[in-house]
Amino acid sequence: MAVTVKIPTQLRQATGGEATAQVEGSTVGEVLDSLYERFGELRSRIAEDGGLRRFVNVYVGGEDIRFMDGLDTAVSDGDEVTILPAVAGG
Amino acid sequence: MPPESLRCKECHTTYALDARYVCEQCFGPLEVAYASRAGVDPEALKRRIQAGPHSLWRYSDFLPVQAPPRGTLPAGWTPLLRADRLADEFGLDEVWIKNDAANPTHSFKDRVVSVALARARELGFTTIACASTGNLANAVAAHAAAAGLASYVFIPSDLEEQKVLATGIYGTNLVAVRGNYDDVNRLCTEVSGEHDWAFVNINMRPYYAEGSKTLAFETAEQLGFELPDRVVAPIASGSLFTKIARGFEEWLEVGLLQGELPIFNGAQATGCSPVATAFAAGRDFCQPVKPNTIAKSLAIGNPADGPYALDLARRTQGTIESVSDDEIREGIKLLARTTGIFTETAGGVTTAVLAKLARAGQIDREERVVVYITGEGLKTLDVARGTFEAWEIDPTLAAFEHANERAVSVA
Repeated sequence: MAVTVKIPTQLRQATGGEATAQVEGSTVGEVLDSLYERFGELRSRIAEDGGLRRFVNVYVGGEDIRFMDGLDTAVSDGDEVTILPAVAGG
Repeated sequence: MPPESLRCKECHTTYALDARYVCEQCFGPLEVAYASRAGVDPEALKRRIQAGPHSLWRYSDFLPVQAPPRGTLPAGWTPLLRADRLADEFGLDEVWIKNDAANPTHSFKDRVVSVALARARELGFTTIACASTGNLANAVAAHAAAAGLASYVFIPSDLEEQKVLATGIYGTNLVAVRGNYDDVNRLCTEVSGEHDWAFVNINMRPYYAEGSKTLAFETAEQLGFELPDRVVAPIASGSLFTKIARGFEEWLEVGLLQGELPIFNGAQATGCSPVATAFAAGRDFCQPVKPNTIAKSLAIGNPADGPYALDLARRTQGTIESVSDDEIREGIKLLARTTGIFTETAGGVTTAVLAKLARAGQIDREERVVVYITGEGLKTLDVARGTFEAWEIDPTLAAFEHANERAVSVA
């Protein structure tokens, strides 16, 4: 499955300035692994102990993966995966 | 004690004092770090504060700006009222209400926006923006108007009408997003990456959050430079809750206060209680939820400062409680009939949590309790509808006496 990952500005230093990346994978976890293979520096910035750091939010088609199956959430061809930092409210 | 840097709360990497909010190394949140306050004379500091303006800028030694701004809407210095009739309801000796509805746009958001906007101007921004559940929308639109800056305000499209009207009137670019607050927040996080704007609660968040410390400074000063024993405050993202503690801690460090941090009780609505749920389950992280509550100003399902709020409640022997929508309505009525203060739903949540703790015997009689009321009842009028009846009568004395007799006999 080819999906598009949107990279937040804070991580673009690790992607050589790229704002999006096309990668393969059938789950969010596989998609992120493909992403780390291409941009090695990303792993240490957002991954921790096989999961994600606690201030990292990942969305598939605008839905938080924590409302679905987390890193096991299935993705389909053409899906858009967004990585964003957690932000405070108001 | 000028601000020195932005520092990651997780890995302590430091950054310059510009418009950024997230650590590039570990994605943790950034906060403002100040130069060392060691050796500062607390008496001299106290005199400087007491000679300052009757606004939050009297505490500018503790705020992340180079100089207090001129000619803006003055926020803060709101009343701290002793609420004996409310205390009597629960057999308590000393309950105080910090009434932050008495701000220019009637909520505590005037504090955080004042600080974020002042810093945004120092950094040269000409447009400010926010993602909001309503109160922040009011404050950003008003303070941008006062300062002559352009503004963009993003809100969920189902927001209370009063909050929408009280935002649009200031001439902002008002964007109603089809989705809940967390959707609005996600959208704005993306927008902030593409536009060179000061989003007060996104890229300006480290400065914005500092504004909430002034709720602690004022409370302590109004108590005669003393601490409360217990604080009851609402939790949405957890920023206000944790920054009230930070304010007390900074004054303890510098010697303006003596004693220990108060017990911190956090208040959430059951329909959006990710932090209270994590507290009850003994977890140190929050599972996001889809909000469903009348307390829309607290309806943040994915609270960024949740882990820090949990830590604060635990290390002060406090708790984080949740209350139902019916309890929130009762809380609003209780505060109104015992203090004369009409608060919005968030204040109903806070008052209801005070009631819950007091009725469960969790508060000692002699404790000094401060309850933070963060917003105004006129902004959530629908909640009051149907909670009482007016007597409709003909304009005659006989009709009035008849209605009055009937009311007295019923009561």
